[in-house]
Amino acid sequence: MEEKKLSKKEIFLAGIFSENPTLSIALGLCPVIIATQSVMNTIGMSFAVFFVLLMSNIIISALRKFIPHEIRIPVYIVIIASLVTCVQLLMQTFTEDLANSLGQFLPLITVNCIILGRAEAFANKNTVADSIMDACGMSVGFLMACLLIAIPRELLGTGGFTFSNPFNPIQSVTWTPLADYAIPLMDQAVGGFMWIGIVMGLFKMCLYKHDEKKAMKAAKMKMASAN
Amino acid sequence: MSFLIALFSSMIINNIILAGYKGLCSYIGISNNWKSSIGMGLALTVVCIITGLICWGLQFALDALDIGYLQTVVFILVIASLVQILEILMKKFMPSLYKALGIYLPLITTNCVVLGLALTVAGTSVANWAAVLGTCIGTPLGYFLVLVIFSAIQDRLSLATPHKAFKGAALSFICTAFMALAFLGFSGMLG
Repeated sequence: MEEKKLSKKEIFLAGIFSENPTLSIALGLCPVIIATQSVMNTIGMSFAVFFVLLMSNIIISALRKFIPHEIRIPVYIVIIASLVTCVQLLMQTFTEDLANSLGQFLPLITVNCIILGRAEAFANKNTVADSIMDACGMSVGFLMACLLIAIPRELLGTGGFTFSNPFNPIQSVTWTPLADYAIPLMDQAVGGFMWIGIVMGLFKMCLYKHDEKKAMKAAKMKMASAN
Repeated sequence: MSFLIALFSSMIINNIILAGYKGLCSYIGISNNWKSSIGMGLALTVVCIITGLICWGLQFALDALDIGYLQTVVFILVIASLVQILEILMKKFMPSLYKALGIYLPLITTNCVVLGLALTVAGTSVANWAAVLGTCIGTPLGYFLVLVIFSAIQDRLSLATPHKAFKGAALSFICTAFMALAFLGFSGMLG
């Protein structure tokens, strides 16, 4: 079917760079804006997405021979919705503040395009081990993209960073050297849209540069071998 | 009166895309075509009104049975099956409408707007039925409005010549930011 079987490392790296869910293929963007409000939110949302994506990829790739093709989408959605409910209940119990700040976007992971997209595009065609690697790569890609957006956003929006222990919110560290110059707009949807756009463009620019370099190298190699 | 306030508030002030940042995937994916954004908006409006009201009612049943934690699973099942039923009914009785809207219907199942609306209205008391009705109608109309406005902007954007990395989704997001900034002007209205 496929001309070349991808190695585990290639699957993992594809999730971070060429198929980065947020920055390259622009899928599952709804939770990104809330997740990038602060670095803490990013970590919480990435963990939730990682858990759901990993479990759904494992279950769907394990059951890929048993799920009838015609009703596969409803089956996937029910599997994902149950996993999301698990995460939601766990987070509400152990990390209440984090769950509150993510709010509705926690149950909305159910309809996140990344998870259903990976189930449809990857997990139902590949083995369990490959699907685990794919889930890890995609989650790391999501985390990295969110961090790239969250760091400038939180710095400009609140003038610094706030970290707290998610299991015990009383323990927290605040560092806000620029608090007097904070731009509250960056905390809101406006800043989110703007920084997603900027980071997405810069990321693609880097990818193009990388590809160009690779093409140059390949051309040079060809020249050298011709000589 | 509360119906009108809820309608206006959910459509303009707390617009689902610009202030609630939901439904961005379909928004970025579809807005480059004027015709398809109207089709998507219409289909979504129908689905949202029906599922919003059904899910609002179902929440009372879930609460009575003390299984409120199954909310997400039940709502997504309602949405998925309703979309399927709508597709079948449309195919049978309104084939011309099905031809126009048919391809957007399966996409609606995984649209954050529908589930987000269901989760928002769930838990509102019976006395506030007018506000629930207003929200159920206003939310998809707000989505529709922004989608159509943005698809008109996209027509102009396609003539712009930014760096090739910024062409497409990145530029769309930066434009959306400015649109959100404009809509922020409504935020003080109606208290």
